[in-house]
Amino acid sequence: MTKIATREAYGEALAEIGEEIKDIVVLDADLSGSTKTAIFAKKYPERFFNIGIAEQDLMGTAAGLATCGKIPFASTFAIFATGRAFEQVRNSICYPKLNVKIAATHAGLTVGEDGATHQSIEDLALMRTLPNMTVINPADAVEAKKAVRAAAAHEGPVYLRFGRLAVETIFEEDSEFEIGKGKILREGNDVAIIATGIMVGEALKAAEILEKSGLKAMVINIHTLKPIDEEIILKAAECGAIVTAEEHTIIGGLGSAVAEVLAEKKPTPMKRIGIKDKFGQSGKPEELLKLYNLTAEDIVKAAKEIKR
Amino acid sequence: MSISCETINELNSKARIIRRHIVEMIAEAGSGHPGGSLSSADIVTALYFHVMNVDPQNPHWPERDRFVLSKGHAAPLLYAVLAEKGFFPKEELLTLRKTGSMLQGHPDMKSTPGLDMTTGSLGQGLSAANGMALAAKLDNKSYRVYVVMGDGELEEGQIWEAAMTSAHYKLDNLTAFVDNNGLQIDGPIQKVMSPENIQEKFKAFGWNVIDIDGHDMKQILEAVEEAKTVKSRPTVIVAKTVKGKGVPFMENQVGWHGKAPSLEQVKEALQSI
Ligand SMILES: Cc1ncc(C[n+]2csc(CCOP(=O)(O)OP(=O)(O)O)c2C)c(N)n1
Ligand SMILES: [Mg+2]
Repeated sequence: MTKIATREAYGEALAEIGEEIKDIVVLDADLSGSTKTAIFAKKYPERFFNIGIAEQDLMGTAAGLATCGKIPFASTFAIFATGRAFEQVRNSICYPKLNVKIAATHAGLTVGEDGATHQSIEDLALMRTLPNMTVINPADAVEAKKAVRAAAAHEGPVYLRFGRLAVETIFEEDSEFEIGKGKILREGNDVAIIATGIMVGEALKAAEILEKSGLKAMVINIHTLKPIDEEIILKAAECGAIVTAEEHTIIGGLGSAVAEVLAEKKPTPMKRIGIKDKFGQSGKPEELLKLYNLTAEDIVKAAKEIKR
Repeated sequence: MSISCETINELNSKARIIRRHIVEMIAEAGSGHPGGSLSSADIVTALYFHVMNVDPQNPHWPERDRFVLSKGHAAPLLYAVLAEKGFFPKEELLTLRKTGSMLQGHPDMKSTPGLDMTTGSLGQGLSAANGMALAAKLDNKSYRVYVVMGDGELEEGQIWEAAMTSAHYKLDNLTAFVDNNGLQIDGPIQKVMSPENIQEKFKAFGWNVIDIDGHDMKQILEAVEEAKTVKSRPTVIVAKTVKGKGVPFMENQVGWHGKAPSLEQVKEALQSI
């Protein structure tokens, strides 16, 4: 199977949708080759603005464009979009509920060799705390394209999280995508694995392995972390055991979002697969995923532990 | 364009009305920022009552000129101007900062009719103004964008990121003001962290720079007109002002940056205005 990075799908989708929606404008901060906004820039140079290495200004300028009816997609690496420019995103975009799409690439450990300074592992947590913000983390190229389209159609701020690493495509071209709706990818009733982003693929592999040892795992894909699909989480809770999986710190991301729902509505034993309150480091993406316990085997181990 | 004495007189008396509102609003609210509201009062009055093309009946009119109060703590000034202009009833002014009011402590474009941008966190307004000016260029629209910044605010790095963007994209439809009152919260800007020389910095960033007395209506209007004739470059009008202008006991007093006057003081202030 060919592997495609979600950032690649983002760049292609943007150029496609740009043709249909003339109000879309794209801003980047000197990373257009990496974020793939360069594809749009080449096609629609007059609607592309390079703001230079100035992420705070990137967000503020996008906000101003949005007040005049434009639909700005502002792109840079996830660490700079959500870290450097956090307060601009909060006060200039989310508080006035402006129609800005923050499309961040190079999220997570799978940035690889560039190391910890460039590996955003807290972006989902940061963006999830902001009122008016919608947070989307697609699992593969197909879902990424659909997410870009849905974000453009949605009125209000959206955070889109994309990865650098080429990943396997899981979804069919005609699969449905609705903001805020999770999806059961595999039925099961012994344990539920709730995953987001590139961990969805690992969750499916984990379910295969668990099947061999007699455990039937439900697998759920959560592409929208906010608003979170409470209904599907409560359904998962009927399995009596839940494992969450994300390429993100276990503080404030998917695991936290799921735990928040369960703690109030249906307390259920759970384990969180994610980065355990540590910074990343340089290395090959696949090696880092192993080192930080973000693989199908780690999900299997966690599932077995709760079922014990 | 020659500006008649009549126009100047009218604007000056409007500015007096605005100053009275500012003092009364802040006193009623029990908190707020009189110093910086009073120092920008003549500039913002001139913009809304002579320069800008806006329609109070249709605050979202797409062709309107835009205004961004980057120094958002001067919100009482902008609210007073918007109310006097007819965007909402003047009675609302005395609800400033109260629970449920349409007049938040700092400008919230979702709450107040006539506001073009949410501000309050210093340093962010020029970026938003750039976005508005870029949108006008993209859509071939003739509206202009005005932004007012504080001199202390120029210490924010984002202002200089944005200053590069304005010049890089040749935003000649953008006119910025610096309210150069020489004071910030902790003292004179020269002592805290001097952004001087403001004029030379903007020049070096590729801007057209005009120096004026920010309390002289004629100079304000002439500078705005001059800015309209400058092509391919944004203009910044560095306006020398007096913090607290119009209320003698507040003038040039750093302590009146963010403090409400007592009832006694309000009386005295209204008399001087
Ligand atoms: C990012 C940010 N930091 C700090 C503040 C708190 N603050 C409010 S006003 C002010 C001083 C502003 O000085 P200046 O820009 O000169 O305004 P003026 O003198 O015109 O009132 C400060 C530090 C803020 N509003 N935003
Ligand atoms: Mg000042």
